[in-house]
Parts: sequence; C-alpha cells; structure tokens
Amino acid sequence: MAAQIFAYIKHKGGAVDDTALELISAARNIDASAEPIALVAGSGADLDQACSQTASTYKQVWKLGNSAFAYPNAEVLRKALLAVLPTDAIVLVPHDAFGMDLSPGLSIKLDATFVADVLALEVSGNDLRVVRQEYGGQVSSHSLCRMDKGAVINIRPGAFAPVEALASIGEVVDKSSYVAEVSTGREFVELIEAVAGDVDITKEDILVSIGRGIGDEEGIQIAEELAEAMGGVVSCSRPIVDAKWMDKSRQVGTSGQTVKPKVYLACGISGSFQHLGGIKGNPFVVAINKNPKAPIFQVADVGIVADLQEFLPELTERINEG
Amino acid sequence: MEILVCVTRVPDTAENEIEVNADGSDIERDSLVYSVNEWDNYAVEEAIRIKESSGGSVTVVTVGDGESEEVLRREMAMGADRGILLQDESFAGTDGRGLATILKAEIEKGKYDLILAGAQADAGAGEVGGMLAALLDFPYASLVNSIEIVDDKTLKVGREVDGGNIEMNRISLPCVLSIQTGINEPRYVGIRGIRQVASVQIPVHGAGELGLSTAAVEPRVRREDYFVPELGAGAEMLDGSNEEIIDKLVEMLKAKGGLK
Ligand SMILES: Cc1cc2nc3c(=O)[nH]c(=O)nc-3n(C[C@H](O)[C@H](O)[C@H](O)COP(=O)(O)OP(=O)(O)OC[C@H]3O[C@@H](n4cnc5c(N)ncnc54)[C@H](O)[C@@H]3O)c2cc1C
Repeated sequence: MAAQIFAYIKHKGGAVDDTALELISAARNIDASAEPIALVAGSGADLDQACSQTASTYKQVWKLGNSAFAYPNAEVLRKALLAVLPTDAIVLVPHDAFGMDLSPGLSIKLDATFVADVLALEVSGNDLRVVRQEYGGQVSSHSLCRMDKGAVINIRPGAFAPVEALASIGEVVDKSSYVAEVSTGREFVELIEAVAGDVDITKEDILVSIGRGIGDEEGIQIAEELAEAMGGVVSCSRPIVDAKWMDKSRQVGTSGQTVKPKVYLACGISGSFQHLGGIKGNPFVVAINKNPKAPIFQVADVGIVADLQEFLPELTERINEG
Repeated sequence: MEILVCVTRVPDTAENEIEVNADGSDIERDSLVYSVNEWDNYAVEEAIRIKESSGGSVTVVTVGDGESEEVLRREMAMGADRGILLQDESFAGTDGRGLATILKAEIEKGKYDLILAGAQADAGAGEVGGMLAALLDFPYASLVNSIEIVDDKTLKVGREVDGGNIEMNRISLPCVLSIQTGINEPRYVGIRGIRQVASVQIPVHGAGELGLSTAAVEPRVRREDYFVPELGAGAEMLDGSNEEIIDKLVEMLKAKGGLK
C-alpha cells in the first residue's frame, strides 16, 4: 500500500469524538502497519485542544485553523481539505450527518472513488473489498472499490473497535497557511438545538418503542396501554415522527434521542443503524416483528415473530391481570 | 423557480422481506412491491409546494428502465409537470458517481434553479446529491428538512444534524439539496390523479442524446454479491402459542426490571 491514509477527526468544544480511535482500526484493515494522518479542522482554543488530544493516538496531526471552521460547514471544509490532500489519498470519514454532507462531493473534487457507510473492509488485489448493508439493513453486500486514484471512505460509527490510546505524543503540523480561499455559496447561520418534550425518554427505565409496523395513528393507543401496564413510556422510530403521530422528543436514534433504559421493547421497528445508534447502556431488548428476518433480531436479546395488533393487547391484558 | 427532482424506483422495504437469490448475485426480485424511494417522495412534495407558493415548474427525472416510468407518473400525478426517463444499456451496472454523471448531462440540457434529491435510497449510500453538486459546481446541503425562499438568488435551509439539532444555512442558487424525511407530509395520490397522467408522453434519453461514453459511466465501485450476515449471537426466539410466548416474556420482563 503506497497511498497515504488520512482520517477526518470530529470534535466538539475541543473534545475529540470516539470515531477518531475507530478510524485507526479501519485504516489498519487496509494496511496493518498504517499510521493514518489525522486531519483536524477548527479554530481557536478548541482546535488546539482537539489537536493535542488527537496527538495522543495519531503520530501525525494536520491542523487546519481558520475562523471560518469554528462551525464544521462541510462546503467550507471541503475546500480546505482539497488544498492539503494529495491526489491519491485514502480519506476515512465517519458516516454521520457531517460525513454524508462532506464526502460525496469531496470524492468528485479529488477524482477519487467514494464508498459510503462501510462496516468492514479488506484489501483484495488492487481494490478494496468492503461490506455494506442495503435495503434498510435487511441484506448485506460486498463491493470492490478501485483505489488507484485514491478513495474517500465513510466508516459507520461503531463498526470498528477503537484502538487503545497511546502514551506517546504525535507531531502537530500546522497546515493552516495552505488554506487560502474558504468562502462558498453556502454559509452557516446558526444551530437550533432540539426542544425538550413533555416526557423525557432519556430518563426512563422502560420504553415501549414503536415503529412503522404499528400501522396507523390509532395503533399508538395499544402501545400506550402496554407502556402504562409496564410502568414505562412510549418512544418511537423516525417514521412515526415524520408522520406527525408523535413528538420529535420521543424519537430514538442518531437524529433523535439517546436512551439508556433497562428494558427496550422494539415493536414493528426494523432495526436500521440510525435507530439502534440511539440505544445505549446495553438494555434488555425485546423485538416484536412480523418479519422473521428483520435486522432487529440480530441485536435483540429476545425475539417474537408476531403481529402487533394482536400481540400487544394480549400482552397488556396479561400484565394487567397480574 | 425551475426545479428538478431526481427520483428512483426501489423495493419497498417496509412491505417486503428482502431475500438474496441462490447464487448471491442479486436479491429475489419476483413478487417484490416497488415504490418511489421514500426520501424522493418528500423531495417532490417540497418542490410542488415551492411551485404552488412562488410559481415555476417541477420536473422529475430518473435513471432506470421502462418500469421506472411508473414512479415518474406517480410523481406527476402528485403535481410534477414533466417526467424524463434516462435509460440506456450502458447505465445498468453503474455506481453513484455514474448516476451523478448521467443526471448532470441531463441537467445541462435545461436550465434549473434548484435541484433536489432524496437524502438516500435503497443502497443507503446517500451519495448522488453531493456528487451531482460537485460535478455541476453548485453549492450543496444534505439532509435538508426546511427550505425558505429568501429572494431569487438565495434560500435559507435547515439541515438535520445529530441529536435532532438543526443547522441553518444560507445557500445561493442554483444549488443542489438532498431532502430528509419529515420536511413535509407528502400528499396522497389517488387513482384519479394517476389516470390523468397515464397518457402523458415521457421522453426517454439515452447515452447518445446525453453525449455520454461508456467510460463516463464505468463504475469504480462494483457490487460483488449480496449475502445475509451471520446472526452473531442473535435473539433468543420465543415460539409457541401467543399464550406460551407471553408467559415466558412476562417472566423475563419481571427478571429484567421491565415491569413496575
Ligand atoms: C441521516 C439519517 C438519520 C436518521 N435518523 C433516524 C433516527 O434518529 N431514528 C430512527 O428511527 N430512524 C432514523 N433514520 C431512518 C432510518 O434509516 C429508518 O428509515 C427508520 O429507522 C425505519 O423505521 P422503522 O423501523 O420504524 O420502519 P421500517 O424500516 O419500515 O420497519 C417497519 C418494521 O415493522 C414490521 N411490521 C410491519 N407491520 C407489522 C405488524 N403488523 N406487526 C409487527 N411488525 C410489523 C416490518 O416487518 C418492519 O420490520 C434516519 C435516516 C437517515 C438517512
């Protein structure tokens, strides 16, 4: 492997994201001895702090400082990365709201191959063989990706085990002066924080969580009754919020709330990674789904193949009987 | 505003059990229910709303085969003015970059102020919108869940980021946006609407009309096979009658603190 591997480091308020350590693992699946170069962009004291934290695991850290990088606007940062990256670079980026914004366009401008949301990878001849999930996680696939012109690879957060932090101190190289032009047709205005709802699902021990399989708005009632019998509350997957059947504050997932219950009943939820990304703390997960092959059964502790309309009321009745 | 929306026809994952065929070369396509990609449907609805409030037109375009016509017609029944099908043998095995290249060629034949795509489709890649923007050299924003027209040169868009927070941006036209679900409630399309557009001509443009060589759509990412992952530990599946299942489940819930 000749091409240099880079890793895009996310950080917030100077604290580096968990994905920084995962990207080193991903790089070492491409080349066992890889020492990827960390790309850290930002401004002011936050940037310095993020760089020194990154230097405890990466041997080389490229610092990209500019007041325009205070908020990570992908359009601006793409220009900055283009100014410093070599043309055949292999660039690893976390697959999240920022990575999805940045990477496809970056790959075009680098004339590099792009592959999104990678779960596993290995070198196969001159190509990279990657594992991805398709159709909402129902099936997986192998793809071969050309690497000769470089590649931008988005790595699913959590898919690679993080490497241990090293004790050694890496070198921080300030590349800020390479970045001349940072204005773009898109300008960051402000961040609007999510509003709290009537119920704080992040503090509940018991969640009866419903997905699209609940069918219609009336279906919510049977989930409410079950939650009440169990002493918990109802949370949901994204389509329920999109349909305006429940408040956004009830949504579990990467673009919703992170919950840490003791028991999580996933009812009619297929188990997409964006949904599962919001469930932390290793709860006891019970999945109820009519499709025996639903991906949720790969992560649940207990699985029940059943129709919710029939099963939930029966379960509620039984619990109420004591 | 002249708006173009990129749409695609996909198996409906909420309705179907997707299975891999015997040699892993494809998924089992027989008896699958297809529909317009969920994210695209939101994009078309948003385009129609912009047209209704400030005029202009909405064109829907897809790269696909003859069957893809049905999603174009569905979106036209919703209120899009025109559909265009981009179809060619050489397009069949292409990748996201190839799709963006094909779409770019069509876009350059017209004059559009705003190009919308769905945030992602069945392969879960979320790549076409961003690639298209970069190929066109237009500004881009992904995961957009609100659009406000500031003036004829500028939009204010909200992007949905981690934790349900919204990142507000000002973006200049022409631009490409990828649309996240939840931005609106797509309108219902009735049989009557479908009938009304049933006989509308849908132009089909191939590689020749678009000036695309086979090399231009050559994939750099090639799918080798599909497979069903080994189910790691997997769930303990409870079976029996509902009564038996519920007995077992209630015991487990009690033990795990799932009943108060
Ligand atoms: C950037 C981004 C961020 C996202 N963030 C989130 C997020 O924060 N949270 C989130 O949840 N999603 C999120 N999503 C969406 C996610 O990708 C999935 O589309 C979504 O989680 C699917 O929800 P679901 O499981 O309820 O629906 P589906 O995937 O449609 O699954 C429905 C399930 O119900 C089952 N079912 C149907 N009828 C019945 C019945 N009668 N009885 C029993 N089972 C039945 C089906 O077999 C199926 O498995 C995000 C997507 C993107 C692109």
